[in-house]
Amino acid sequence: MKTIDALLAEVPTFRGLSPPQLQLIAGCATNVRAKAGEHLFKEGEGADVFYVIRHGAVALELHIPARDAVTLDTLHDGDLLGWSWLFPPYRWEFDGRAQADTALIRFDGACLRGKCDSDHELGYELMTRFAQVIIARLQATRLRLLDVYGVGAPA
Amino acid sequence: MESALLPEVGQGGPMVPERFRVSGRRQETADTWTLELEPADRDGGLPFHPGQFTMLYAFGAGEVPISISGDPAAPGRLVHTVRAVGAVSAAVCRTEPGQILGVRGPFGSHWPVAGAAGRDIVIVAGGIGLAPLRPVVHEVLNARERFGRALLLYGGREPEQLLYEAEFAGWRERGLDVSVIVDIAAAGWHGRVGVVPTLIERASFDADGAFAFLCGPEAMIRFSAESLIDRGVAPGRVHVSMERNMKCAVGHCGHCQLGPEFVCRDGPVFTFERMRSAFALREV
Repeated sequence: MKTIDALLAEVPTFRGLSPPQLQLIAGCATNVRAKAGEHLFKEGEGADVFYVIRHGAVALELHIPARDAVTLDTLHDGDLLGWSWLFPPYRWEFDGRAQADTALIRFDGACLRGKCDSDHELGYELMTRFAQVIIARLQATRLRLLDVYGVGAPA
Repeated sequence: MESALLPEVGQGGPMVPERFRVSGRRQETADTWTLELEPADRDGGLPFHPGQFTMLYAFGAGEVPISISGDPAAPGRLVHTVRAVGAVSAAVCRTEPGQILGVRGPFGSHWPVAGAAGRDIVIVAGGIGLAPLRPVVHEVLNARERFGRALLLYGGREPEQLLYEAEFAGWRERGLDVSVIVDIAAAGWHGRVGVVPTLIERASFDADGAFAFLCGPEAMIRFSAESLIDRGVAPGRVHVSMERNMKCAVGHCGHCQLGPEFVCRDGPVFTFERMRSAFALREV
């Protein structure tokens, strides 16, 4: 069975970090499982953790009064799940629900923030990597704002 | 790029519509129908290559270019999937079995499926862009052993607007790896939500040598083509189907001119390498 730092070395977001850095991060991490349909977090709850999906899928959902809930995004093997732990007020903005039985690595946000505060090199590495994930999802969201499949699509 | 084919079977030349009778009509989504047509005044069908289009004439309404979406191995039935987005396409969609449409064509260049023998094939479709690629799916699955991995990466606005969903299971059984993603979905949808380039980043294929065929909204084509190139697919092996305001379909009227190309005559299928600069032109 692989150790958590060995698992983290295979995660795209953490690829290239040094073994000591991976061990530091792994010190804040545990393996968890979620059954299909189970909520990992709900909108408004305190965001004191984040996840990496090992196997499975998680839907980010938004509940709108007087309307059906919508799935805004889905995340899959290797994806990072959650950045609300990084900045105050440390609160989830959406629901996170497992679409299938899902294996994840869960990180204690306060633990990792503490390590980043005391090791700025690690903090810079992690912030850079999280920024890349956030930018990629922002670009994908902008593409969806174009509503490219609306009227005007090719016949 | 394979050369454009001018019509061989039109009875009065490429500018004269031939009468075809609607033999079948199926609603695909809220605004999209699939029509099956047969020649009204002769036996036989309309041989075509995947990617080619016809001009469909709804008498009294007008004429529109529509890609052929049927099986090239079964040319006896001319199949078109049409989205009702304007007066003419809506009139075509309203046509009932037994009624007559005018048909000119087939016109245009085609997807170079034969040239991809022995290679991985990545079919990337968005929205109704799956219709012009469905003949590629048929051609690949009709000779599945001739190709490496075959993938269909299909994006749509929402699950209710996906085309041919009932056929996906059969395509998978015959060796096509089908992945679907939508822009947004009701909670409870078990598929992926996001954009097509996300599927490309994760798809399993041998980029070195792979052939890619793309059709859909131009923004989706541009981002998807660049994702394929980022994966290592050569721009000359990324093929795209362009849509412009095609009127005559034979390169005479100039309505569909895109830079030095006439989309109806030189396309609609081009290499992305040939079209890459056009995607960056703000004026067109």
